[in-house]
This record gives sequence, C-alpha cells and structure tokens, in this order.
Amino acid sequence: MYTFINTVLIGITSGAIYSLMAIALVLVWRSTRVVNFAQAGQALLSTYVGYACIQQFNSFWLALIVSMLAGALIGAFIDAVLMRTLFRRVSHGPIAGVAPIIATLGLLGLIRAGLGLFVGNQDVIIRPPVSNVGYTVAGHTLAFSPLKLVIVSTSIILMIALSILFAKTNLGLSLRAAAFSPEIARLAGVRVDRIRTLGWAIAGAAGAAAGMLQTPNGNGSFSPDSLDFSLLLVFGFIAAVIGGLESLIGAVLGALLLGLVLAFVLTYISGSLVFITAFVLLILVLLIRPQGIIGAKRGRRA
Amino acid sequence: MSLIVTDLSVHHGAIRAINSVTFEVEVGEMVAVVGANGAGKTTLLRALSGLNRSVSGSAKWNGKEILHTKPELLVRRGISHVSEGKSVIPELSVRENLTLGAIWRRNPAEAQQTRQDVLEVFPRLAERIAQPADTLSGGERQMLAIGRAIMSRPHLLLLDEPSLGLAPLVVAQIFQSIRELAASMKLTVILVEQNAMSALKIADKGIVLHLGAIAAQGSAKDLVADSKVRSAYLGY
Ligand SMILES: Nc1ncnc2c1ncn2[C@@H]1O[C@H](COP(=O)(O)OP(=O)(O)OP(=O)(O)O)[C@@H](O)[C@H]1O
Ligand SMILES: [Mg+2]
Repeated sequence: MYTFINTVLIGITSGAIYSLMAIALVLVWRSTRVVNFAQAGQALLSTYVGYACIQQFNSFWLALIVSMLAGALIGAFIDAVLMRTLFRRVSHGPIAGVAPIIATLGLLGLIRAGLGLFVGNQDVIIRPPVSNVGYTVAGHTLAFSPLKLVIVSTSIILMIALSILFAKTNLGLSLRAAAFSPEIARLAGVRVDRIRTLGWAIAGAAGAAAGMLQTPNGNGSFSPDSLDFSLLLVFGFIAAVIGGLESLIGAVLGALLLGLVLAFVLTYISGSLVFITAFVLLILVLLIRPQGIIGAKRGRRA
Repeated sequence: MSLIVTDLSVHHGAIRAINSVTFEVEVGEMVAVVGANGAGKTTLLRALSGLNRSVSGSAKWNGKEILHTKPELLVRRGISHVSEGKSVIPELSVRENLTLGAIWRRNPAEAQQTRQDVLEVFPRLAERIAQPADTLSGGERQMLAIGRAIMSRPHLLLLDEPSLGLAPLVVAQIFQSIRELAASMKLTVILVEQNAMSALKIADKGIVLHLGAIAAQGSAKDLVADSKVRSAYLGY
C-alpha cells in the first residue's frame, strides 16, 4: 500500500516538472510552429544563471525568479533575433518548415558547447532550499518531502498564473489569437510578431523553472553536458505530444500521465525499462490518438 | 476623407493579379467590387488592408499612403478588413472574437459600448455570446466576422464576399445589417461580391474587375442599367 502511494507521489512530482517543460514546448509550437529543441539549452543556461544567483545571494527563491527572468530574456532574444530573421530568409519551399527546427537543434549544441567553454564541464550543485527527507506517516517514511511539496506547489502556482493570463487577460487573448490564426489576429490589430516573442519569453521562463526545480529534485548536480536536461526535453516533448501539442491543459495532463506511468514502471518492473516505456507510450499515442489525449476537436468545422 | 487608389498593381510572385487599377471612393460611400472568379477582387482588398504588400502604385486614405503598411497598423488608422471565408477564430468564443476586434484600443468603456451596438445589430450573437465560434452556423459566423471588424470602430470597412455560401434569405439579412451599420457609423465600405446584382443594389458605386483590371466603373444604377456591362460581366 505504501509502495503504491509512494509511487503515485513520485509520479506526480516528476509529472509537475515535465509539465513545465511541456508547457514551454507547446507555447513555442503554438506561436511559431517550431519544435524547440533549444529549450533544453535555454533551461540549462537559465539554471546556470540561477546557480550563479544562489552563489551570490544564497537564496533559492530569488534564484528561481532571476533564472525565470533570464529564461524569458533568452527566449525572447532567440525569437526576435534568430527566428524572425530565419522566417524572413526562408519563407518558401520545403526547407521553410524544417529550417527553424534544425536551427534550434544547432542552437542547443551551441549553448551547451558555449557554456562548457565559459564555465567548464565540471558539475556544480544546487542544494535543495528545504529538506528532502520524506514526511513520516504512522512510522512510514513517504517518498514525499518538503522539497517535493515545494516543487509540486511551485508548478501548480505557475500553471494557475499561466491559465489566468491566457483565459482572463487581453494579453492572453492576443497570445491565443496569434497562435490560432495569425492573419485574423493581425487584422484585429494584434502585433503578432511581438506577441510571438512574448510566447517565446513565457516558454523560456517555464523551461527555466523546470530546470531549477528538477536539479535539486535529483542529486542536485548538473553541468553543461548533463543528461538530465536532455531527458527533461525528451519527457517534456513526449508529454506535450500526449497532450496534443496544442493545448496547455493537455500538456499538463500528458506530463502527469507520463510521470505516473514511468514511476510505476520504475517501482514495479524495472528502472531499465523507463526509457523504453516513455517512447512506447509516445508511439502508441501517435498511432492511436495522434491528436493527443485531449486534442479532440469539438463543435462543427464548416 | 477619401480613398484614392492610383495605378495599383499587385503581384503573386510572377503573376500580376491586379494590373494598374485606379479609382476613388468618397467618404461615406459604399462601393461594390464585382467580377468573375479569379478577377482579382480578393487580391485588391488584401492589398488595401496590408495583408499583401507585394504592391506598386499608391493608395491614399485621408491623404496618407497605406500601401506597404502592416494590417495591424492600418487597423489603427481606421481600416478594418473582413477577409474571404468567415474571418473569425473558431477556437475562441463569440465574446472573445468580439473583444479581439477592439484589443488594440485602450478604452474598455468604449469597447463595451461598441459591443452593445454590434449585438443590437446582430442579436443572434448575443444569444450565443459564450459559445465557441466553431459552433456557429455559416451566417452567424459571417455576422461575427463583421462584428469583429466593427469592434475597432473603423472608418473604412473592407468586406470580402459576406454572402459566400449563405442562403438567399440570410444574404438579404446580412446586406441589410451592413447598410444599417454603414449609415449609423458613417462608414465608407468596399464590398467585394460574386453576387453582383444584390451588391450593386445596395451600393452607391460599382467597379467591375476583369482579369485584374477595371472593365467598367460608375454609379451602381448606371452599371446595372448598362446592357453591355450586364451581358459581358454580370451575366444577366
Ligand atoms: N497566393 C497566391 N499565389 C499565387 N496566385 C494567387 C494567389 N492568390 C491569388 N492568386 C491568383 O490571383 C488571381 C486573382 O485571385 P483573387 O483571389 O484575387 O480572385 P477573386 O476575384 O477574389 O476570385 P473569387 O471570386 O474566386 O474569390 C487568380 O488568378 C489567382 O489564382
Ligand atoms: Mg475572392
């Protein structure tokens, strides 16, 4: 029974982290139709900024905010400078669809190599801001600690903030309109180019939060060639696809599902099957419900 | 206040879809632009609203050049475009589509007032205000598209085939609403239509496009009465 509960708790915690990454990928996909492989690099860079901030001011919370701001700036910069130029240069033909995606792949490599050059490839450590010793219930130690509580609640707060932004504000309406139908958004007066950059900025911040929360949840150490950030990208991407790639709620649900499934495989079957399961899940979803688990189209579409 | 178009040409790559077109629209006038499929009607409107900027020549609205300017800026100068084929965002609700139309305006009270005006003209939209736009019928979508354009309180309204795919009764209704709106808001309207006769009936002036050039223009009455124009271009 405790094993079961623990497995669920582990799944929810990693699902919370994946969901931030999945949201980042969905935001960029929706606003510019780019699968942003560089998101892993952006998160890495932002987490380094967060690490530097902790070294300087010794506050995880300040570092989280600073790293999210840095993530937003990096995202905005990539869109405004790189993507916009790229879209202008290659706007036609078969290459137009893949060029930006390949560019993000290149950017990922560039960020990692550049970081390695500047800060070196040795591990650095972000210590948990609160204890990572599990809560004890009736003599049993749960796989849920104050740290995990912080991770889950920070993710929830960020998601609530995002859903209020998207559902209730004019800025959110502009973001959705520009994503769904840029031409009509333009005709209505939305400055689509700026709004897209804003989408990249929000994505950058979400990715930074994922990086900052993931690191102390693991063993706390990371370096420019950490596998953890690649996995974050892969799992975030699988979660986004499960959620239909277009929907923020879908991304969160996809991430939770993925987190839970992987936790159960890890606990009840074998740690060596985790990756296989993730990719099998991805392929199954693509084969059976390519529109995602909640990507069903409603209403009529004449 | 008027629209003066001089020697306007529009290119789609190597194809010249509009070829040196010249015309004027007085303020408050309604002009019907008619012509066969592929005549260049949509291309003309997309050049005037800034959606197509591969253009040459000149188009001046209130004395200022509008060509080569982005649509999101032209809407701030009073030009609203309802593009071909129900220009609403299906994923958004009726209310959100309307709000979107006024999103660049800074005055919420004014937007609120405009929305009431729109809902008075199109009461069907009021009943469906919270529904996603993709649950609307074709006619309702067209109403929403026009409503969205009106939300920006335009002075020049560009309408591309509002009758497309609608039953005659609904078309009559929509044309009636367009006329009401134009009168009450002192709109200048360019109405592109396949449905030449019904468009010319409500318009002050008419322009007949043929293969990207103006084949005839004049008062709507005269065009309808001209038997040569009728047989050559209007098919009656
Ligand atoms: N994006 C484009 N690329 C290439 N050619 C185009 C493009 N858009 C339109 N054309 C061509 O330009 C010409 C004019 O098209 P346009 O859509 O303006 O006609 P229309 O009068 O609006 O026709 P309809 O009544 O069918 O809507 C056509 O020959 C069309 O094939
Ligand atoms: Mg057309």
